[in-house]
Amino acid sequence: MRQWVEKQATERAWIVIVAMIIAALVAAAGAGNLYFRGDYKVFFEEGYGPLNDFEEMQKVFNKSDSIAVLVVPESGNVIDETVLTLIQEYTEEAWQTPFSSRVDSLTNYQNTWAEYDDMIVEDMVLYPEELTEDDLSRIRETALAEPSLNGRIISPDTDVSLINITLQLPDVTDNTANVASVMDFVRDLSAQFAERYPDVAFYHTGIIPMNYSFATEGQKDMSTLVPAMLLLIIVLLAVLLRSVLAMLATVVVLVLTIVATMGLAGWMGFFLSTGTINVPIVVLTIAVADCVHVVATMQYGMKQGKSRKDAVRYSLELNWMPIFITSATTAVGFLTLMMSESPVFADFGFLCAMGVMLAYVMSVTLFPALLSVLPVGAGGRVDDKAPAMAHFGDFVIRHQTPLLWGGVAVVAVLSVLAMRNEINDVATEYFAESTAYRQSVDKQADTLSGSQSIDWAMYTDEAGGISNPEFIAVMRDFTEWLEQQPEIDHVSGLSDTFMRLNKNMHADDPDWYKIPGDRELAAQYLLLYEMSLPYGLDLNNQVNVDKSAVRMTSIMKNLGSVEIISLENRAKDWMDANAPGIRLTAASPSVMFSHIGETNMKSMILSMMMALVIISGILIFALRSLRLGVISLFPNITPALVGFGFWTFISGEINLGLSIVSSMTLGIIVDDTVHFLSKYKRARMEGMTTEAAVRYSFINVGRALLITTLVLVLGFSMLAFSAFRLNSDMGIATSLIILIALIIDFLILPPMLLWLDKDKPEANTEEQTSLKGEHA
Amino acid sequence: MKLITTLVTGLALVAPFAMADDGGRGLEIANERKARDTGWGDSQAEMTMILRNSQGETSERKMRLKSFEIQDDGDKGLTIFDEPKDVSGTAFLSFSHNTKPDDQWLYLPALKRVKRISSRNKSGPFMGSEFAYEDMGSFEPEKYEFTYLRDEPCGENMTCFVVESDPVDKFSGYTRQINWIDTEHYRAIKTEFYDRKNTLLKTLELSEWKLYKDTFWRAHQLDMQNHQNGKSTTIITHSMEFDTGLSESDFSQASLKRAR
Repeated sequence: MRQWVEKQATERAWIVIVAMIIAALVAAAGAGNLYFRGDYKVFFEEGYGPLNDFEEMQKVFNKSDSIAVLVVPESGNVIDETVLTLIQEYTEEAWQTPFSSRVDSLTNYQNTWAEYDDMIVEDMVLYPEELTEDDLSRIRETALAEPSLNGRIISPDTDVSLINITLQLPDVTDNTANVASVMDFVRDLSAQFAERYPDVAFYHTGIIPMNYSFATEGQKDMSTLVPAMLLLIIVLLAVLLRSVLAMLATVVVLVLTIVATMGLAGWMGFFLSTGTINVPIVVLTIAVADCVHVVATMQYGMKQGKSRKDAVRYSLELNWMPIFITSATTAVGFLTLMMSESPVFADFGFLCAMGVMLAYVMSVTLFPALLSVLPVGAGGRVDDKAPAMAHFGDFVIRHQTPLLWGGVAVVAVLSVLAMRNEINDVATEYFAESTAYRQSVDKQADTLSGSQSIDWAMYTDEAGGISNPEFIAVMRDFTEWLEQQPEIDHVSGLSDTFMRLNKNMHADDPDWYKIPGDRELAAQYLLLYEMSLPYGLDLNNQVNVDKSAVRMTSIMKNLGSVEIISLENRAKDWMDANAPGIRLTAASPSVMFSHIGETNMKSMILSMMMALVIISGILIFALRSLRLGVISLFPNITPALVGFGFWTFISGEINLGLSIVSSMTLGIIVDDTVHFLSKYKRARMEGMTTEAAVRYSFINVGRALLITTLVLVLGFSMLAFSAFRLNSDMGIATSLIILIALIIDFLILPPMLLWLDKDKPEANTEEQTSLKGEHA
Repeated sequence: MKLITTLVTGLALVAPFAMADDGGRGLEIANERKARDTGWGDSQAEMTMILRNSQGETSERKMRLKSFEIQDDGDKGLTIFDEPKDVSGTAFLSFSHNTKPDDQWLYLPALKRVKRISSRNKSGPFMGSEFAYEDMGSFEPEKYEFTYLRDEPCGENMTCFVVESDPVDKFSGYTRQINWIDTEHYRAIKTEFYDRKNTLLKTLELSEWKLYKDTFWRAHQLDMQNHQNGKSTTIITHSMEFDTGLSESDFSQASLKRAR
């Protein structure tokens, strides 16, 4: 197989080149089928528990997806004629938002009061241009006294107000274009109002802007980071390989690998998302490593005086197995991501694995063919580097004992520190502070409330059961309990409405602000109130069709998954203790992200174990040595532990993006170990001592490992520039771990070999010297 | 594909002119529709309303409807709720008007009081259903501006006038309705409701037509589908009687408390 490929690649180079390019382009044509899904739901598998709860609630009540417009006047007071006029006009216009089903604001709040024997239900502000001072203070008083407004629609010091637009997006898989149309409409509206009211600022928060940011930030990464990274690699390669042609050949291979990968993804029916959008960067980075090994060995061969074609053949012969093994282990690492609870990470893992294997095929076929027809140079004074590596090897051998024990001590300390990381997903912090979404979220947090919500559904399982005074009391107590929880910024529910109606029905006597005395009364108040509500402002978002269940919405501080899950559990405990007959469910995108973070972490720990077992098995098989296989466990496992040890200083939080890092990096860092140990093994087979074999490994692969690590670290750190934190954190942690892996391979692995693999002490100094001389 | 695009564009260009120039045909049809339903006197009916959400849950309401025709103005109606039990005896009185807003009252037996309901709020849901009060009141041509659109086959072996009706009242929940009115009997077979952003909100289909007094057609099943939230409501009329001896005095605030 190898010989045949070698022969084709060198003897029939042009045929191989043309055939591979055609094959790659045919594959690439599938890219036309790719589409981008910016939906946050891509993170959840169909049938995922918290997603089911969420969708059930959306079906039983209305959908609650919304966009909130925060109105911030410079004057610091929203209760004045100008701002109220603005809010009323904006509210009116907002009904035109695509897919909107209701708009809630300060002005269209359905105020109820008693007038003689009638109950009046009317917009809080009807004619803002005719308001007197008295009216303004009445509005202020009413708004601040109303639980559903104070802290939600208006801030307690009346400096900001919020207009909430609820949407009923259609039930289709891909709502990206619909979300964009909503976003465009509202941003346009805000821009128009900002022009007419220059002293007022507008901010957009809620699920729709979050969804929109998922889409736009992902696409921005694709159009900026990938080209930037390609450029970086071109420069790096030209410098490191000291050959423009070798660099060009590499770039051709890289580009074809990426387009073929993405094209195949298209043929297979995959879609792009915030998660899979990183596949090109990852594949690019890893493909570079394969090419560097092939070129470096070829240039070495040419310097040895071999002809170009012979050098190519020599390189293939030497690299065939290691590149296959490293590609296979990397692919295995990615494939175990398919165990992820989150489908985008599963897709990401599969596509990266496919890309890595394509890169392997390209680097042993098209790449050598290109190298044999292009007049690639030997790469200048590479010789200078080899002694540097040899000296470094000598240094490691000389200081083996302190390096080993010092290294192990450092690894141990950092591994312990790694345990201090906390699994936490703060969905609002997924976006960098530079993004409009994050700025809006932060502004809202500063002035009014968090922008995450949890919807609570309480099911009585009895038609009309929500009018039962006992149940209304449970609702009231639960609302009060929620209000006291540190995670909650605002909560309001139907119990407030019942009590207010009771007061209105008794001539606004404040003593009657209490739960109606019997069920019929409560039911009839509710009927009257429902019949009095205007278009779009009905109770269908709070009450189900047979009036057996209610939904109440709580606004949370911008917290992480740990706090959200804890609140959810405490709430369920409260309900079990205080009203065991009532079923409580909690749902919202925040709740879903909180749970996916946790479940995904569990599946990722399992995936890492599996990757470790499979990869170690491959290593033992490839190195044909159980001892080396076992020794390799150390440099394979510890980099992630040490990396996460450092992470406690950088962030200390492990989010959804980071949960996949361990499995992913395992496949990559194994490559270093494979290259180092396979050279070591080869030297040992040739009868060298442990010490000489270590030196031989340093001389032979030291430079290539240094270059590939540099490329990988720089490549993944490009992701740090993503404004999407799941990606930037993943990039930073991955490059950190890859760097640590090289340090461990260079400083701790050799002393370990010297210590654990010295059972054949028949040193042959002559051979050692000659080998050393050969490569000097 | 190209052909369709061209056609659609062409229609879109032609449509506004067609609407502006229907020669009063739309109003003619509406007036004929009203004329054919004049002189029925009074009626009483028993109905069940079935509410469904997109989860498949259903809920039933039972009620009786008394109607009284008023010549030259909107009709009077009295709805008495029998189920759910906790609102049993609640009665809803409405006076439709041609030109001014309707009057509405609700009697709450638990409170033993009659409460007036603001007329601007006729677009909210009726009993939590997908029907708004304004979908259920009597048909008065003065409440709309009509535009005849086209003739179209509808139902089984029927032809319909397709007419756009734009509500005059600014508190209506709709920008427009499209009515399918059968050319033989001038019955509204189907209506599409477009919300304030001019998106299709609901479709009402009327069926199980029965002829009363040899002249007046009444649909005994009304199906309202909300396209935006996936909920639907069906109203089934079980029995209907005309000339039941009702008088106008049976439709007063005072009569609400007596309603059983």
